[in-house]
Amino acid sequence: MNTLFGVILPYCGIAIFILGMLYRVIMWGRSAVPFRIPTTCGQEKSLPWIKANPLENPPNNRFVIVRMLLEILLFRSLWRNTRSEVKPEKQKLIYSSNKFLWLFGLLFHWSLLIILVRHLRLFMEPVPWAIKTLEDLDGAFDIVINTLFLTDIVILLALTYLLLRRIVFPQIRYISLPADYFAVILILSIAVTGVCLRIFYHTDVVAVKELAMSVLRFDPEVPGGISWLFFLHVTLVSVLLAYFPFSKMVHMGGIFFSPTRNLANNNRMKRHINPWDYPVKVHPYHEYEDEFRKFMKGAGLPVEKE
Amino acid sequence: MTEEIASREELIKIDYKPRKLDLFEPNLAFRKGTWSYPANPKRMEHLGLPFPREWNPTEADWKLPPNWKEIILKGMEERLKRYRSLRVFLDICVRCGACADKCHFYIGSGDPKNMPVARTELMRSVYRRYFTTGGKLLGRAAGARDLTEDVLKEWFYYYYQCTECRRCSVFCPYGIDTCEITMMGRELLNLVGININWIIEPASNCFRTGNHLGIQPHAFADTIGFAIDEIKEITGITVDVPLNRKGAEILFVTPSADYFAQPHWFTFLGYLMLFHELGLDYTMSSYASEGGNFGLFHSAEMMKRLNNKIYAEAKRLGVKWILGGECGHMWRVIHQYMDTINGPADFLEVPKSPITGTVFENAKSTKMTHISEFTADLIYHNKLKLDPSRNDHWVVTFHDSCNPARAMGLLEEPRYILKKVCNNFYEMPENTIREKTFCCGSGAGIGTDENLEMRLRGGLPRANAVKYVHEKHGVNIVTCMCAIDKANIPTVLKYWVPGVEVGGVHEMVANALIMKGEKPRVTDVRGQPLKAKAAEGGQK
Repeated sequence: MNTLFGVILPYCGIAIFILGMLYRVIMWGRSAVPFRIPTTCGQEKSLPWIKANPLENPPNNRFVIVRMLLEILLFRSLWRNTRSEVKPEKQKLIYSSNKFLWLFGLLFHWSLLIILVRHLRLFMEPVPWAIKTLEDLDGAFDIVINTLFLTDIVILLALTYLLLRRIVFPQIRYISLPADYFAVILILSIAVTGVCLRIFYHTDVVAVKELAMSVLRFDPEVPGGISWLFFLHVTLVSVLLAYFPFSKMVHMGGIFFSPTRNLANNNRMKRHINPWDYPVKVHPYHEYEDEFRKFMKGAGLPVEKE
Repeated sequence: MTEEIASREELIKIDYKPRKLDLFEPNLAFRKGTWSYPANPKRMEHLGLPFPREWNPTEADWKLPPNWKEIILKGMEERLKRYRSLRVFLDICVRCGACADKCHFYIGSGDPKNMPVARTELMRSVYRRYFTTGGKLLGRAAGARDLTEDVLKEWFYYYYQCTECRRCSVFCPYGIDTCEITMMGRELLNLVGININWIIEPASNCFRTGNHLGIQPHAFADTIGFAIDEIKEITGITVDVPLNRKGAEILFVTPSADYFAQPHWFTFLGYLMLFHELGLDYTMSSYASEGGNFGLFHSAEMMKRLNNKIYAEAKRLGVKWILGGECGHMWRVIHQYMDTINGPADFLEVPKSPITGTVFENAKSTKMTHISEFTADLIYHNKLKLDPSRNDHWVVTFHDSCNPARAMGLLEEPRYILKKVCNNFYEMPENTIREKTFCCGSGAGIGTDENLEMRLRGGLPRANAVKYVHEKHGVNIVTCMCAIDKANIPTVLKYWVPGVEVGGVHEMVANALIMKGEKPRVTDVRGQPLKAKAAEGGQK
């Protein structure tokens, strides 16, 4: 039983994750980019005395990278978010800044990343100083007697917000699919089981690390003394890994392929080639003149053929 | 106007709370005033488009070809390979809802399916069902749904309630652009002969006569003649407008509405006055007499077919570079597509202003420069004599058009010009300008009379921002650089904010431009009297 949950499922999860994501990336990569279609969010590079905004309207690949980094690391576009309201009695529309989605989205993703990096300690011997330092920083606030990491609290809060907004706001409920609830509840369960393992149901960390290292060596061995909760935690993670490539969570890789963000707005400076371009039926000038020659001459317009 | 529209007090009572969770139940209401008439089959035949027929969206039978489903699915498969945007955008949305209240149609209508995320789910659900494992196995539980006639009908309704403005894409954390989805949706619908006349007819006109309005060369020459007469009346100067002239340095291309519709006309007069004053060696062409491109609202292929004329004509006439007039979606095509679809323009030279010597490096491959770049450069180098007080009867604001803002980033040039030619300039609120600008509500080919209610709803956010500066600063004219804006914003403002006019940037230039040998100006280019002080100034 323990081998199934501790070894087989994680192996399957990881394999499906890797192959699935590879498949996604290959499919995206194989789709052509016929046109250069960046969404420009600032002044383009034009006349030398006009101040351009290369971060929002990158004129070259260097600034594209900066734009993508701002998007991926800081959620630049969500930062812009506004809320619109209508006041019919005043005949007025009002837009106000709304940064909650930005804030909780950012908190969730960064916490998740830090938690993932922290978990690397289970797979490494000796534990690199960088991971130890991160752990120390994250655990700087010892809230309960057991070390409760800051990111643990933050991720639970952020996920709760992300779940509640789907239930509470009618517009968001309207666009939420079963998959949206599933994803957030799944990650929430993983976080809750993880936190429980730290605070309430201690498990033998040394044994867990032994298991992790053995799985990594492809020589799996399940030591005794590991609690059922740990296996639940790992099973949920395996489910997440297997589900990941078939879900909306592929945005993790997909954002790098987004043509409105990852292309430079150098359209008129540099020719872009459409790989599947084909000739089309056009209406050439001589046909046009043939049809209208009489009128053109009458109106004094020059013609090619008299 | 085919329908009585509710009062603006009624129309603004918008309920944003969805009545029930019916994202995947096709909405087939097709309420009058919220959709556009199908294309005339003759026009489709002229363009060689598939399945031309008479059909009516309100009837149950849309006379689809028997294998319509196969055609759509095959079309989807093909486009998933051809457009990374489509595949990535269908895969990665997390439905966070950041885009929801960024869409002018959602803000104006409260219809939950006008949230960009929902508009995309209409197609994404079908993608899941036929192109993903989860959707094939789990069906509705995985957010997948069968492609039925009802689903297709709903696509028609909502993909013609999107103006491809890209505002949602600015706010999306992954840059998902509903415009791409709408474009694909429309391409797919076109494969089974579903489209609207207000796109097909201009496209067919443009294919034949060179412009959307179907103006034939002699009528084109006539209308230019009227412009020359009108300029003479206002300034006392006879300008010369070369047409189809070989060997000119510059080919000037502008949307056909500029020389045939109001208030575009006044901007057109501005171009001609400016070019005369500069002694510019240019020509217009009756064959390439359209800057706009309604093909963009049909398919990438139609866009290419119509756009072809511009480079072809530049080559035939032997010009050195191309100058483009004020327009919105025209500049999406010129800036993001033209070089790719119909280039390389290696027979042209990098645009260089013959007046200032400035080389427009930012257009060194496409070889086409925007008139506001050209004019801003002139003003910066003090090459124009300007009397901004001749615009003192205007209190001006500027509406960024979607495409120059979000598909180009042309934000400062028009503002620079306006501040130099007008004394009273005020910006609208920050959340409604520049990259956050709101569409006029009628872009992407849906500016039809029968679609009026939806246009007014979509125009509400823009109009409401105008109302704000109208009340606060007394703004009485909205200037803009898009032919569709100039056609539609007057309708929208008449309904929501009566008393505010619409004009172009180069209309303001025309008023302020002091021309050599002009008679004292007593009116602006609209024939309205100038403010007293300004009139005296002109007589000095």
